[in-house]
Amino acid sequence: MSTTEAPLTPGPSVADGDADAPREVGRRRRIVRRLIGNPLAVISFAVLLVAVVVAVFAPWIAPYSPEQTDFARTFAPPGTSGHLLGTDDLGRDVLSRLILGSRASLEVGLLAVATALVVGVPLGLASGYFRSLDAVISRFTDLLLAFPFLILAVGLAAIRGASLGNAAVAIGIAQIPGFIRLVRSETLRLKSLDFVTASIVDGAGDLWVLGKHVLPNATSVILVQATVAIPAAILGEAVLSFLGLGIQPPDPSLGTMLATAQQFAARAPWTAILPGVTIMVLVLAFNIFGDSLRDALDPKGSRS
Amino acid sequence: MTITPLEVDHRSGSGSGSILEVRDLTVTFTTESGTVSAVDHISLDLREGEIVGIVGESGCGKSVTAMSLSGLLPRSARTAGSVRLHGTELIGAKEPVLRAVRGRDIAYIFQEPMSSLNPVLTVGRQISEVLQVHERLSRKLTRDRVIELLTLVGIPSPLQRIDNYPHQLSGGMRQRVMIAMAVACDPKVLVADEPTTALDVTVQAGILDILRELRDRLGTAILIITHDLGVIADIADRVVVMYAGRVVESAPVDELFARPQHHYTAGLLAASPAPGRHAGTDRLQEIPGLVPVLAVQPDACTFAPRCPAADAQCLGSAPPLTSDQNALGLLPGHAFACWHPCGKPPTSAKELKP
Amino acid sequence: MRTYLLNRAWQSLLTLILATVVVFLGVRALPGDPALALAGEDRSPETLAAIRLQYGLDQSIPVQFGHFVNNILHGDLGTSIRTGTPVSSMMRTALPVTLQLAVFAIVLATIVGVGAGVVAAAKRGRPAEWVANGLALIGLSVPHFWLGLVAILYLAVATGLFPASGFVPFTENPVENLHHILLPVVILGTGLSAVIMRQTRSATLDALSADYVRTAKAKGLRPSAVIGRHALRNSLIVVVTIAGLQLGELISGAVVTEQIFGLPGFGKMTLDAVFQRDYPVIQAVVLVTATAYIAINFLVDLLYSLIDPRIRVGGEAA
Repeated sequence: MSTTEAPLTPGPSVADGDADAPREVGRRRRIVRRLIGNPLAVISFAVLLVAVVVAVFAPWIAPYSPEQTDFARTFAPPGTSGHLLGTDDLGRDVLSRLILGSRASLEVGLLAVATALVVGVPLGLASGYFRSLDAVISRFTDLLLAFPFLILAVGLAAIRGASLGNAAVAIGIAQIPGFIRLVRSETLRLKSLDFVTASIVDGAGDLWVLGKHVLPNATSVILVQATVAIPAAILGEAVLSFLGLGIQPPDPSLGTMLATAQQFAARAPWTAILPGVTIMVLVLAFNIFGDSLRDALDPKGSRS
Repeated sequence: MTITPLEVDHRSGSGSGSILEVRDLTVTFTTESGTVSAVDHISLDLREGEIVGIVGESGCGKSVTAMSLSGLLPRSARTAGSVRLHGTELIGAKEPVLRAVRGRDIAYIFQEPMSSLNPVLTVGRQISEVLQVHERLSRKLTRDRVIELLTLVGIPSPLQRIDNYPHQLSGGMRQRVMIAMAVACDPKVLVADEPTTALDVTVQAGILDILRELRDRLGTAILIITHDLGVIADIADRVVVMYAGRVVESAPVDELFARPQHHYTAGLLAASPAPGRHAGTDRLQEIPGLVPVLAVQPDACTFAPRCPAADAQCLGSAPPLTSDQNALGLLPGHAFACWHPCGKPPTSAKELKP
Repeated sequence: MRTYLLNRAWQSLLTLILATVVVFLGVRALPGDPALALAGEDRSPETLAAIRLQYGLDQSIPVQFGHFVNNILHGDLGTSIRTGTPVSSMMRTALPVTLQLAVFAIVLATIVGVGAGVVAAAKRGRPAEWVANGLALIGLSVPHFWLGLVAILYLAVATGLFPASGFVPFTENPVENLHHILLPVVILGTGLSAVIMRQTRSATLDALSADYVRTAKAKGLRPSAVIGRHALRNSLIVVVTIAGLQLGELISGAVVTEQIFGLPGFGKMTLDAVFQRDYPVIQAVVLVTATAYIAINFLVDLLYSLIDPRIRVGGEAA
């Protein structure tokens, strides 16, 4: 393909990047450029980065052990020396509990989404690729959807008891249908594209086509879905722990902190407000970054 | 109504009988990667009962020109110049003024009749909408008129079709519905943007017949936009050839096919199949290269990089649209923008006209 | 359309049957002897024997399942092992509370969500869009049970504008009923309206860039008619299909909201059952929720086929 010469084409040429590899690199570079050019994306990414670093090094960063009680200093307001964000009904340091609680939130978020990915992506690929499996997997998806995450958690807690792991599994199971449907429709779309059809006609094995063509091209939509699923899981964990179906006291969790604070909210409003704000900032950062990522990946251009 | 396209000197400006006068129309778009110039100082006239074809490759600005006539471009577009409808300036006119013009004075037919019709409204509803906006007829009269229109565009059993949804009609039928919608208010100007491109060849002829019939019956001026020279040869009185946002040649249809002066026009003609050509011996020629996307219109001939006759002059200054009839023996109304016109007629171009 | 609906009806029925099997097996998955679990605190051999007989626990699994289904079909959802009340009568008192809360929240969320979504799409690139987008993002990210806590703290406890908890049946005192339910409805509706707003906005933006919208503009229609008659009608088809999937979120949200505001509804009944290990009630709750979800999604499909003529009037489903 020849292009017109430089003096006449100061703008982008129609024939930009005709080989596959350079286009892929160019695409990635454009996505990164779009993300960096979006201040909201940069801020949300920075918040997430800080949250992850704090979570990883939580035991060293937290000024106190989250379970260390001090009955001489209960309900110390924020700003009290030694307790930047105050203490709760048992005199435990609120900041330390927030740090460890955020760590638990991220843990549940990642665990839940990992569960959903491990089950949902293969099933979605199979459902979209093999016609014979589609009906069976679709019924399975409908079946999972019929159990809202809270009802799943209720059932799981009834059978196996309430814990961080069970809460994450319940949330993860509830997220499986979303991944199946997304990956299924993306697989159907990719399967109808010429380069995949050509590969199938050439006699490539099903697994090879799925692994070489379908999955790599579906990565970006899966990634976007994951950035939306993690904050949903964090909110889910908070709800379950608040209700007593998730992380059990005295283990620190933003949800259990709120459950305790409910009784003392009028006396110590900070114990009720700070965990909620922490959840919101975490979830908001994920959601904003997810939105920015989706916009950056959208070939039609920015939509925010 | 008389059609005398050959007597029209389109450059004479606001000549009598011109319904639509376009002068120095310029459109630029602001995109993520900067400004793009889509249309650069184009001028054209449309007279009552005249069918003018705009031809060019995709991306040459022909559709943008059509949309800009009644201000239908997205907000990222900036339009300058002048578009006068019966002397009323439309560029820069207020939205209510433009809304009154759209559908009533300037109506459109678009390329994809499937996606251009709303899938969730009956075709009767979509046609009567235009009448309700511009004519304010009673419900009963509106329905009668819709049936009349469906009959006019040759839709069989209109009494049933009026309550159908677009997906229940064939592609040709849908395009007839689009035409019925467009002519509902007897517009002075009908803009048909690739009206037959998405249709089967057999259906195409029927659609062109309807357009011609409308012109003969109602005296509608039609601006037909296409990349298909066969369509142009079939229906147009006059042709405007566009390249990279500029008019490169403009002439009565027989004249253009007989004596193309711009090398781009000549290239287009050579790239079109024509009866009488022999496969194998007379190969279709392609024009090497692509239409450039321009950020700024250069002071040069934009076709020069693809042109066999280009030299330093072509790259150094933009040729103006002129008619040099005496020297080349051209008919009046034939204008071109080229420093080194083709001159004599190329062989076999005439055969394009069926 | 008939084939489409028959197909959906059959799929829904199949899902319902599968869900029943899962619930049935779920109870069998309880650690230890199910009779022990079902007996609660009274673990005398006589009671256990009676329970085994009542639930047919000494019989084969398929027979037990037949027994289970038979009971459900006769409206017998079991009996609470804590209070001895039939679960079906507990449901009769609890469900109206939840139903009122949920329906009010859906109505509120739809009005706010669709309205804000359309405004955001129509005013693209202007301040109105940024405000609508920002509020939707916050609505999506704020834990609504926490929002409920804060609302109680500042709107109920501190000022006394609203009651902090409790419920008055509508038939008893309509004004007090609304007074009690308003705050929970707003709290439950927040997240849902954010979701609906974002979907409406995105679907409307898609519709606005469609060719038929260009046609509508070219006809000389006002922007309100272009959006209201042409774009919104198409985008609502998308919104309705996705709204059905939000039902699970709504049920989960209702449970938490009831817990915070002390509403004696389905959610409170569920949580009480979990903490008291009242297995027959838990089993019934899970089954009823799944049935409701499947039934409502079938209704959504029905509604969808009514809005979209491509399904209603022949032709293949788009």
